[in-house]
Amino acid sequence: MTGATANPLAKLRGRELAAEGAAAVPRPAPSVVEARGLVKFYGATAALRGCDLRLDAGERLALVGPNGAGKTTLLKLLATLVRPSAGRLMLLGVDALRQPAAVRGRLGVVAHDTYLYRDLTAAENLKLYGRLYGVDRLDERVAAGLATIGLGGLGGRRVGTLSRGQQQRLALARALLHEPALLLLDEPDTGLDEAGQGLLAAIVRERAPAVVLATHALERALALADRVAILSGGRIAYSAPTADLTLADLRATYRGVASADA
Amino acid sequence: MSSILTREPIAAPAGRDARRFSAGFGKQDRVLNVLFVLTVVAMLAALYAIFVYAPTERVMGHVQRIFYVHVSLAWLSYLAFLVVFVASIVYLWRRDERWDAAARASAEIGVVFTTLFIISGSLWGRPVWGTWWTWDARLTTTAILWFIYVAYLMLRAYVPDMPRAARYAAVLGIVGFVDVPIIHMSVVWWRTLHPEPTVARLDSSPLLPPEMLATLVVASVAFGLLYVTLMIVRVRLERARDEVRYLQQALSLRGE
Amino acid sequence: MSEPSALSPQPSALGSYLRVVGALALKDLRLESRRRETVAGVLVFVLLVLGLFQFALDFERAEARRLVPGVLWITLLFAGLLALGRAFAAERDQGTLDGLLLAPIDRSALYLAKVLATVVMMSAVEAVALPVFAGVFDAPLLAPGVLLTVFLGTLGFAAAGTLFAALAAQTRARDVLLPLLLLPLLVPLLIGAARATDDLLAGAATPVSAPWWELLAGLCALFLGASVLLFDALLEE
Repeated sequence: MTGATANPLAKLRGRELAAEGAAAVPRPAPSVVEARGLVKFYGATAALRGCDLRLDAGERLALVGPNGAGKTTLLKLLATLVRPSAGRLMLLGVDALRQPAAVRGRLGVVAHDTYLYRDLTAAENLKLYGRLYGVDRLDERVAAGLATIGLGGLGGRRVGTLSRGQQQRLALARALLHEPALLLLDEPDTGLDEAGQGLLAAIVRERAPAVVLATHALERALALADRVAILSGGRIAYSAPTADLTLADLRATYRGVASADA
Repeated sequence: MSSILTREPIAAPAGRDARRFSAGFGKQDRVLNVLFVLTVVAMLAALYAIFVYAPTERVMGHVQRIFYVHVSLAWLSYLAFLVVFVASIVYLWRRDERWDAAARASAEIGVVFTTLFIISGSLWGRPVWGTWWTWDARLTTTAILWFIYVAYLMLRAYVPDMPRAARYAAVLGIVGFVDVPIIHMSVVWWRTLHPEPTVARLDSSPLLPPEMLATLVVASVAFGLLYVTLMIVRVRLERARDEVRYLQQALSLRGE
Repeated sequence: MSEPSALSPQPSALGSYLRVVGALALKDLRLESRRRETVAGVLVFVLLVLGLFQFALDFERAEARRLVPGVLWITLLFAGLLALGRAFAAERDQGTLDGLLLAPIDRSALYLAKVLATVVMMSAVEAVALPVFAGVFDAPLLAPGVLLTVFLGTLGFAAAGTLFAALAAQTRARDVLLPLLLLPLLVPLLIGAARATDDLLAGAATPVSAPWWELLAGLCALFLGASVLLFDALLEE
């Protein structure tokens, strides 16, 4: 999808865009994420109404969308925390629906919950997850991880005594400890100060082979990602490389998409 | 965009092709009608056998006739819960909601049969032993079973969200049934410590007179047919509910 | 995809599985040692219920001997229900359960870790409760036979209870649902444990009237085995 098209909404639904894009540009296989027709029902309501997604190694995708659009659900699906009601999902070359456990060790997730135990120290939290993920030379890596996120001397502090921003950084460190091939970030900016956001940007740019990042903030999406997809009403309504977009373009498209589905 | 009902699911946690289930017109109905007639006939035959054909028991008199109903209900209860067990296993294996519908239906029918079994035991015990309840081994075991399967139904009530409810209930259906022989053993051992008046012991009366045996068989067959008929009706009702849900999901997919 | 350098070589599947179980169980015990909610609360509850039984049943010394096994085991059952209620509820409330589900571990390891942690915590409670009961009722509750019975009963309870606690924690009305699901299934455990304790208190070295220990051991095996197979189905979303 090039930026030259006057009205991106004229293009129908996300899957048509993806299919078009896929046909036009030959891509190396295997991809990091390959999702087709992901549907998720909670009871009788559809949270996701058919999403197609493709992500290659080294790519960074930002998911933006209004509340309730399904960003968190989609990320949970990609994290294999939740099974889709229909559709297929290949992660890192593995059928994630048949063998989710095979791929979990290579995913790093930062979610709305920090997954940190408040009554354990920062170091203890990292060591626990390190053990669960089979991380080698654990003490070394824990120390390195803490240093990277700027909590070098705070390993012995209980997580409950850390500030929200510090907890968020620790959550990042937790996600990176086992050097994942795919990073899934749900509003990772939450609670982060200026420095924290810089840290996050550096991580997204350098540390992870592939990233899917959900965010409210369109500026962050443009700054951090190679491609942006607008999720609305459980579908990917629009997808474009960030290089072709200005913030104003994106804002306009976003408003258009969000109101169309309202 | 194709509807979820006709889309071929590759990973299919939801039930397959709901359209294959028919709401009950045409061919399916013939089976049900025949079964219904057979059940009525069998029940009438059983009534005749119990009240006319079977000889009056020496000790307990006419009250003993409740034995035929009581024991039949016992077998059918266990059968119903065996069906829940098997259906639960297959459901967890295949994730096909039709098996869960069978489990749901059988659990409900099983609870009804078990309740009737307990009540009939109580009714029998009163004139014979003077009490409404006795901690007889079989009565006690079945009472515990009643609790397990009532818990099954309550679990489904507390978790309306499918297919979660199906999975949770399947776990209970499996663990509950596997626990049954152990419950039985423990209660029997317990009762041998402090024996109580026993209400019904098919095993303790080694030789039933042939007329009584025949009556028991007729009664069991009649209740068995009743179970099958009820199951068919019930499963259809459950599948109709499932179908409503699938349709709601399809609507939700098309967009609000 | 290049080989992830952070991961250590897996020497043996069983070894790493047990290590994961150990790490998770230690985590729960460490948390308990810091928060000190469960063990203390359950212990006070046990002592309180002991008092309540005395007030309600009003038994004298002579009768006490007959009632001890029942009072003990009913008390332990309800105390256990309390402890179980905390096991998964805390993870759910803090939002850490998903963190564990994301990890590349066999989910049955999570189950076994919880069972282990529950057994340890209940044992800590029993370590104080049993001597108190022994003193109040003047009964030899600290005999090795009784201790074995209590251990087997606790293990069986934890095995079945953890499975259903995980289930109940994901529903509404979890406090009502857990006892409804668990208690009927545990009737054989109650019968076996209470009757065995009865025999032992009467002076026997091992239970005489029926192979109760075998029953208890069988129950433990049954629940552990079934749960390891079924636990995954409970946690998938």
